[in-house]
Amino acid sequence: MEKVLRKKKAQRSAYDDDIITLDNVTKSYAVGKPALNGVTLHIKKGEFVFIVGDSGSGKSTLIKLLLRELVPSEGTITVMGHDLGRMRHRNIPKFRRNLGIVFQDFRLLKDRNVYENVAFAQRIIQKSSREIRKNVPSILATVGLAGKYKSKVTQLSGGEQQRVALARAMVNKPTILLADEPTGNLDPGNSWDIMKLMEQINENGTTVIVVTHNREIVNAMHKRVITMKKGVVIYDEEEGEYHDEDE
Amino acid sequence: MRMSSFFFTIGQGFKSLKRNRWYTLASVATISACLFLFGVFYSIVTNFQHVVKTAEEGVSVTVFFNEGTTEDIILATKALVEKRPEVRQVVYVSAQEAWEGFKEDYLGEYADGFTENPLEDSANLQIYLSDVSMQPALVTYLESLSDIRLVNKSEVTASTLVGVNSLIAYISLGIIAILLLVSIFLISNTVTIGISVRKEEINIMKYIGATDFFVRAPFVIEGIIIGIIGSIIPLFIIYIIYNKTAVYIAERFAMLNSILDILPVGTIFEALVPISVLIGVGIGFLGSVATVRKHLHV
Ligand SMILES: Nc1ncnc2c1ncn2[C@@H]1O[C@H](COP(=O)(O)OP(=O)(O)O)[C@@H](O)[C@H]1O
Ligand SMILES: [Mg+2]
Repeated sequence: MEKVLRKKKAQRSAYDDDIITLDNVTKSYAVGKPALNGVTLHIKKGEFVFIVGDSGSGKSTLIKLLLRELVPSEGTITVMGHDLGRMRHRNIPKFRRNLGIVFQDFRLLKDRNVYENVAFAQRIIQKSSREIRKNVPSILATVGLAGKYKSKVTQLSGGEQQRVALARAMVNKPTILLADEPTGNLDPGNSWDIMKLMEQINENGTTVIVVTHNREIVNAMHKRVITMKKGVVIYDEEEGEYHDEDE
Repeated sequence: MRMSSFFFTIGQGFKSLKRNRWYTLASVATISACLFLFGVFYSIVTNFQHVVKTAEEGVSVTVFFNEGTTEDIILATKALVEKRPEVRQVVYVSAQEAWEGFKEDYLGEYADGFTENPLEDSANLQIYLSDVSMQPALVTYLESLSDIRLVNKSEVTASTLVGVNSLIAYISLGIIAILLLVSIFLISNTVTIGISVRKEEINIMKYIGATDFFVRAPFVIEGIIIGIIGSIIPLFIIYIIYNKTAVYIAERFAMLNSILDILPVGTIFEALVPISVLIGVGIGFLGSVATVRKHLHV
């Protein structure tokens, strides 16, 4: 008994600076095989992590678990000290304010302009008008859209739309940025721009987790790469590279 | 909640209304129809009650006395009758006064032919009631007294008026209840459509960390706005129609002016405005809250 306790303690101290911990996490949907099957992961504060793998390997499920859209069927997920499986429903909004989330399909409000899309994120967490007027132009400048704040988002290119989405994700200064295939709909040039922006965000202290299929970028950026297959982590390498599907 | 957040939420409510304007219109129209009927019935019933009350005040019982009854006895009877709870007022009319009144009403200049008062024994008591339904009991009581020759009941029977009035009230209540249900159903539909149209936006809000309250509030505000607009429109229409009708009745039935005394629109609206707005806002609030709770699991 004493031994076990000591072991646990040792384990904890080894991962003391974890911002995300998955301990033997399994997620099963109503039908089919588990989407995640006994995944254990440790991500430290300030890391930049790529998650790669075949389609259907469980990457999006992992992201949804991290933002508490889903709860694990088994195992525990701890994000910033919160046990997500036990988190009470009414505490979810507050928790999510620590996260920035970006999707492949941008998910912008099509009836509003660039400025309003970004301001929206601040209004929702009830920032004052003064703060909004200060923060929104500044973040738009960071993503290179200062001159387009009045444009309708439907008139922007894909790359520009994803920058708006990135600005919206970052305007509330989240601790963690989660991106599920953010460059999936973009050409190589725009994909690089978005990745570089995320690298810059990471250098400013935000932990960044990016799901991607972009082999070229993954191989060029020399970041940590977690490779998934059929709900299991098959590789987890510092300065890793993109593994082929049949490896 | 911050002022700016409050206005943002209200703005979101209006946005949602605009986005599914046909459902909004249908909801507003139903509530308007409902509150319009309510207003019409309220105006009619209130005026009817006013007429009944005026009529009631005129309802009287007249008591005549046996030949040779002294004024002392009549006044003693008057004091006795005044003690009864259903009696509002008793007026003593002496034989002289009765004759004067008769002359004035029926004879005019021909009255000069009479030297003595032919209505020598017509001294009487006019009894006005505070509760008309007690009229039969009072008559029975009066007939049991001594020295009484005749008890005359007033022709106006207020009970008929009261009956008609409550019939109108019941029918209108029934119609209004049905319309209220239809309104709630339509508001609920409007809000449901609003939620499905804004599914994307709601999802984004949730990802960003909007609280349940913040996600739900615009829909409730949407319902309340529908309720307010739906109550103001019929009030305007009723205001115009009421005044037109009042003028029409006053001109057309000029000779009935003493009974058909239409209340001023201000008196009606004093109560009608707050009641209508309250009902409108209430329907909007209840309809949207119920729907949001059912369909918006945030
Ligand atoms: N809502 C769902 N209901 C049932 N099965 C699902 C659902 N979402 C994903 N899955 C299944 O879970 C597995 C992993 O899916 P996903 O996490 O989306 O993979 P990836 O993002 O890596 O393509 C797939 O087999 C997929 O079909
Ligand atoms: Mg996916």
